[in-house]
Amino acid sequence: MESLTILLEVFNSSLRLATPLLLACLAGLFSERAGIFDIGLEGKMLAAAFFSAAIAAVTGSVWIGLLAGIGASLALAGIHGLASITFRGDQLISGVAINFLAAGLTVLIAQSWFQQGGRTPSLGDGARFGPLGSQIFIYVALMTVPASWWVLFRTRFGLRLRAVGENPAAVDTAGVNVVRLRFAAVAICGVLCGIAGAYLSTALQAGFVKDMTAGRGFIALAALIFAKWRPWHALGACFLFGFLQAISLRPDLIEAVIGFKVQVQLLDALPYILTVVILAGFVGSAIPPRAGGAPYVKER
Amino acid sequence: MEKMPKWADVVLVPIISLLLAAILSAIVIAAIGESPWAALKLMVEGSLGSTYGWGYTLYYATNFMFTGLAVAVAFHARMFNIGGEGQAALGGLGVALVCMFIPFPHWSIALLVAAIAAGLFGAVWAAIPAYLQARRGSHIVITTIMFNFIASALLNFLLIGALKPKGSMEPATGKFPETTHLPTLHDILGVIGIPFSKAAPVNVSFIIAILACVVVWALIWKTRLGLEIRSYGESEPGAKYAGISPFKIIMISMFISGGLAGMMAINNVMGEAERLVLNSVEGAGFIGIAVALMGRSHPFGVFLAAILFGFLYQGGAELALWTSIPRELIIVIQALVILFTGALDNMVRTPLEAVFLSLRKKGA
Repeated sequence: MESLTILLEVFNSSLRLATPLLLACLAGLFSERAGIFDIGLEGKMLAAAFFSAAIAAVTGSVWIGLLAGIGASLALAGIHGLASITFRGDQLISGVAINFLAAGLTVLIAQSWFQQGGRTPSLGDGARFGPLGSQIFIYVALMTVPASWWVLFRTRFGLRLRAVGENPAAVDTAGVNVVRLRFAAVAICGVLCGIAGAYLSTALQAGFVKDMTAGRGFIALAALIFAKWRPWHALGACFLFGFLQAISLRPDLIEAVIGFKVQVQLLDALPYILTVVILAGFVGSAIPPRAGGAPYVKER
Repeated sequence: MEKMPKWADVVLVPIISLLLAAILSAIVIAAIGESPWAALKLMVEGSLGSTYGWGYTLYYATNFMFTGLAVAVAFHARMFNIGGEGQAALGGLGVALVCMFIPFPHWSIALLVAAIAAGLFGAVWAAIPAYLQARRGSHIVITTIMFNFIASALLNFLLIGALKPKGSMEPATGKFPETTHLPTLHDILGVIGIPFSKAAPVNVSFIIAILACVVVWALIWKTRLGLEIRSYGESEPGAKYAGISPFKIIMISMFISGGLAGMMAINNVMGEAERLVLNSVEGAGFIGIAVALMGRSHPFGVFLAAILFGFLYQGGAELALWTSIPRELIIVIQALVILFTGALDNMVRTPLEAVFLSLRKKGA
């Protein structure tokens, strides 16, 4: 009986920790399927985490906070789109810049608004999601999986979006606006990252602290590769990585189950190691969308 | 025909990008209720106004020269090495192992061996992603990001375990022995009678970093290997046609890149801390990206950009000390520099090219 409760407890905390990973992973899925690499997931989540907590603290309404978080994430997505679609800059460098922009600005603004060493005040009852609200986030994240699958693989928009990530010239020839499609994908990515960030600071925890995403954006990126850019597999990958995070918080449990001690650092590094192994093609090959990373230049 | 003269490409584009970043930073400072002008004055005063300030500026610049060169060398082979952070951390491990376990008679021998160890550790850490890129086609950017996290977990593991002295609670190695301590610029300039702050951490590694700039310049522009690296970066099919092996170029350029990033450890670990602490790199690996972009991947440009970032770093520390502006302002400036000189390069370049074209038409 007791082991069942422990199992349920671990399952629950895996699910809670997998939720932001899943949302960010699907965000990356939309962007990368459209041919826009996004290593700025981390930055977008961080900005959303800060702005949702900050605005919720100021207005007292968690819903306005959520909107502000999504807005902040969308603004960064806009910069990424401007740099990588409009000005045909390097998508990876743009992503790096966005991560640093978010890391710096969140602390700078937090210090200026709240003077608490780069954090927001602890959020009270109306300004954060209670247990029920947090549940809703988990369900929303889970529902986003079939929704993404449906949009990407069963709608015309999804077909075009995937095509634009494989062969933008062909899509252009068919009379579809490549730039608009890619911007749409980047915007969807922004919204999903925004929800993920808001979840971190207003549902999983009650307030923003400096660097609170703690590499989750990169784990989501790892999960995306692990899932080979497919929505259902993303669910599996994110749950696995969420599970690894959950058990690294309970080293006593692992010892009880497998009989010897596993280093916490190994568990922390495992998502990254697994991703490298997958990338190296030892467990099937991970082939990204073919036009990923390349700006589209219309022929004249 | 060139769209604009070379000097405009090399000097004007980075300067305009820098100005844009500076203007936005000034707006940010004004928005949080401080005066941008006073902030700039404080930064200049704190980082260039005394030999103490200079000592810190040049100390930071030394770190950024190594990591900036690392990113630049990889850029020449058209690879983006985001792994400088992890490679420098591993370099620190190399330095720590050598300094702790080999009894050195004199600092000069210690420096030589430690530099080799640091370079080798960093190089090997970069060589694994390079091999995976060259042989298995895994994207080097993603693998180097993953290796940063793996490096951080590894160092965490070692510093709270095997490398920590008995009875210590702090996740760090013990102090390195006296004979491995490097002479500071105070000691070096003292020999020829120039007074320099005793408290500043800038040390003999600064000279090594300048030497590294010269060596990288010679390597990229004066050797056959450098030509091969550049031609591979220019065009992979072209290089293949010329009989250059992509595998060899990817491996060698990443090996050099990782080695340079790793060698940063002789400055921060051996020269300053004199022991290995947790998170010793403090983001210098990432600043290398901004430095390489700003310096247009040229060693002289990297040298100048590293000093600029050294100034920003020391100036930012002074700001955090005397005003309510936190140190994170530097991260914002760094982000803006990367954004404008890297990702939004065309935004600056295209209008400039138009200006030069119209000027030329008028002249003709």
